[in-house]
Amino acid sequence: MFQKVSAYNSARILNLLKCFNSNNKQIISCLECLFTSFEPPLGAMTSVIKTVNDKRPVNLDIGSIDLPITAYVSILHRISGVILVAGVAVLLWILDASLSSEESFNAIKAGAGSFLCKLIVWAVLSALIYHTVAGVKHLIMDLGIGESFEGGVAGSKIVIAVSVVLIALLGVCIW
Amino acid sequence: MVTSVTNLGRSGLSDWLIQRVSAVVLLAYVIFLSYVLLACSPDYQEWKALFENTCMRIFSVAALLAIAMHAWIGLWSVSTDYLTERTLGGKATLLRLSFQAISAAVLFTYVVWGIQILWS
Ligand code: HEM
Repeated sequence: MFQKVSAYNSARILNLLKCFNSNNKQIISCLECLFTSFEPPLGAMTSVIKTVNDKRPVNLDIGSIDLPITAYVSILHRISGVILVAGVAVLLWILDASLSSEESFNAIKAGAGSFLCKLIVWAVLSALIYHTVAGVKHLIMDLGIGESFEGGVAGSKIVIAVSVVLIALLGVCIW
Repeated sequence: MVTSVTNLGRSGLSDWLIQRVSAVVLLAYVIFLSYVLLACSPDYQEWKALFENTCMRIFSVAALLAIAMHAWIGLWSVSTDYLTERTLGGKATLLRLSFQAISAAVLFTYVVWGIQILWS
């Protein structure tokens, strides 16, 4: 894509970005890196911009940018996925106990166990709920639905709302 | 083309597809079991009979295999994103391969353990 942008146009894009985004200089310097690596003539121009403002960091520092809600929904999907890998052991253990005898089945059904046990089960099932709801959003977007930024924001809000309700209901069921 | 020897399907596109297919299998399994537990509230006999049914065994083994493949691809993505030379320096490759080896062992154990639960 960047190779098709002429030096003149990319210089204009850079200037536009500078006006719009004067506090997100990382993004600009990142774009500059892209432009300079593809566009030799523009290299000279960006170096002019750089000497004007040479304290800018070179890397895109994620910690210094306000992230949109989609970013939090995405990283939580990843964290819940990793938690679930350990959680599967808990779920298999419960399945084993529920099938091995009538007493243990009834104990599980009656919600026996210490507070800590219930907390662990609630945490694992909450991770499963969140991961599944966010996963469904992922699959819907893979089908090409809601792929715009606005669609992503709306989908993320739905994911959070649905998960919070289901996780709260689960808590009521367990306690 | 850059290829990797540690990912599941040897190509990113095939991993992407396996992760989607396994996600759909797991989604179906989660919805089915939630429905059984919430809407039917089975007693012990019904619950045990359900898991002795051949169709349910096929479904359960499919879910176990789906977990193994899905979580392998997932953990592979996570480990190749964060356990890199940029984040960890020279020992990164060793650490990443160790993490992947432990993950594979754990996931394989889940499959065998799950089959044992279903047939005991
Ligand atoms: C129950 C066991 C499950 C485990 C252990 C698990 C684990 C994981 C892990 C570790 C990841 C990697 C996260 C990442 O790369 O950001 C992942 C990704 C994913 N999971 Fe799951 N998951 C499970 C169930 C599900 C279910 C039920 C769905 C249903 C919709 C689902 C949908 C997805 C999708 C679509 C991705 C891909 C994310 C991406 O490409 O960025 N998962 N899962």
